[in-house]
Amino acid sequence: MSVLRPLDKLPSLNTATILLVGTEDALLQQLADSMLKEDCASELKVHLAKSLPLPSSVNRPRIDLIVFVVNLHSKYSLQNTEESLHHVDASFFLGKVCFLATGAGRESHCSIHRHTVVRLAHSYQSPLLYCDLEVEGFRATMAQRLVRMLQICAGHVPGVSALNLLSLLRSSEGPSLEDM
Amino acid sequence: MDETVAEFIKRTILKITMNELITILKAWDFLSESQLQTINFRQRKESVVQHLVRLCEEKHASLNDAALLDIIYTQFHQHQKVWDVFQMSKGPGEDVDLFDIKQFKNSFKKILQRALKNSAQETKENAVWFESAWGNSNSQTTSRTPSSAPPARARTLWGQTFETHNSTTPLQERNLGLDINMDSRIIHENIVEKERVQQITQETFGDYPQPQLEFAQYKLETKFKSDLNRSILAEREEPLRCLIKFSSPHLLEALKSLAPAGIADAPLSPLLTCIPNKRMNYFKIRDK
Repeated sequence: MSVLRPLDKLPSLNTATILLVGTEDALLQQLADSMLKEDCASELKVHLAKSLPLPSSVNRPRIDLIVFVVNLHSKYSLQNTEESLHHVDASFFLGKVCFLATGAGRESHCSIHRHTVVRLAHSYQSPLLYCDLEVEGFRATMAQRLVRMLQICAGHVPGVSALNLLSLLRSSEGPSLEDM
Repeated sequence: MDETVAEFIKRTILKITMNELITILKAWDFLSESQLQTINFRQRKESVVQHLVRLCEEKHASLNDAALLDIIYTQFHQHQKVWDVFQMSKGPGEDVDLFDIKQFKNSFKKILQRALKNSAQETKENAVWFESAWGNSNSQTTSRTPSSAPPARARTLWGQTFETHNSTTPLQERNLGLDINMDSRIIHENIVEKERVQQITQETFGDYPQPQLEFAQYKLETKFKSDLNRSILAEREEPLRCLIKFSSPHLLEALKSLAPAGIADAPLSPLLTCIPNKRMNYFKIRDK
C-alpha cells in the first residue's frame, strides 16, 4: 500500500500511534523522546520516517496522527514534505494530519518564507504549529500538546474526535489567508 | 601582593571584554559585592582595571587567586583554544569499577596539590579545571634585557570533563553509529534507507577524521539551467559567472554529516566529495 489510510487497520488496545515525517532524524528523535517522557494513560508509539511512502515490509499499527515536520531553514525539507503528502489518503486530512514548522526563531537562517507553510497547511485544511524543536523548553511544551492531540485522534478522549479538534483549532485561527 | 601577581591580574582583566567583566568577576568571587559596587564600569577600561587591581591589592590577592581568575576566563573562552583531550582507560588486568564522582574529584585534587606546587583549582559542573605554573616565581616577568635570561614561565591549562559520553556526543554521531534509541516505543521506518546513507557516507569519506579544511571555492562559468521553461537567464548565450564559496570551521566533516543528518541526499555531488582525492579546493567549472 503506497498510500496511508487512517482506518485500514484495527486499533490496538489503548495504543495511540503517531507518525513523524521529516528529513532531519535528529530533530524527530528528540521530539519523540520528549513525547515519551509525558505522562499518558494511553500506550504511545512513535514512528519516525524521513519521507512517504513508508516501506511496505513493516508490520505497523494503525496510525492515528501524522505530523509533517518542516524545517524552515531547508528547502529540501519542504520539498520532501510536499512529495510525501501525495502518499496520504484524503481522509487523513480530517483532523489526523498536522504540520509543524521549526526554525522560525532564527530568521536569518530561514530560506522558506512563513507564508509558504501557511499556504501549504491551508491547502490541506490542517493545522500548522510552530516550534523551535532545538530548544528544549519549547520542544517539551510541543511534545505535551502533540500527546494530547494524539490521544484525541486515537479516540481515547471521550466526547472529542479528531474532527471536533480540527474545527476547534480552525475557528481560533487568526485572519484568513486572503486578508494577509 | 607582589608585582608579578598584580601584573598577572591586570593582564587577565585586560583580556576580558567589558560586557563579560562583571559576570567573570562575580564567578571569581574574590571581590565582595560591596567592593564591586564601588567601581564605575562605565569609565574607560584602563581606569576600571586600575581600580580593580587596587581593590585586589587591598584584599591581598595571592598568586592562587590570580590563577583562579585566569581559569575562569579560560572557561568562558574555552571554545577559542585548541585542546588536547585524553581519555582515561583501565590498565590491563584492572577491573572497571563504578566510582563516586565526588570522591574521585576530591582525591584527584589532593594528588594534584601534592604533586604540583603553585596550582589552583576550580570545579565547575562536571569538570575539574586546574592551572599550574612552572618557573621561578621570583624572577621578574617585566624586565627583559639581553643580560638576564628571560624567565621560563610556562603554563599548562587543561580541563577534563567527567560527563558521560552520551551528553557530549552530538546526535549526528549517534546516528552514524546507528545507535538506535533503546526505547522500543520509537520505531524508525526508514532503517534500510538510513543504512544505505550510512554505507555510502562511509564509502565516500572513510572512517577516519577528515583533514582539516576551512574553504572550498567553485567558480562557475556555465550556462544557466532552470526547471522553469521560460527564463530570461536561461536564454542567455554566454555562460553565467558565479562564485560559490563554502566555509566552515571543519568543512569536510560538515560535508560528511550532511546526508546522515538528513540535510542532503546521498550520494553527495562528486564536486564536493572529490576534494580530498584531488587535493584541491579551488575549482573552475565550465560546460563541457
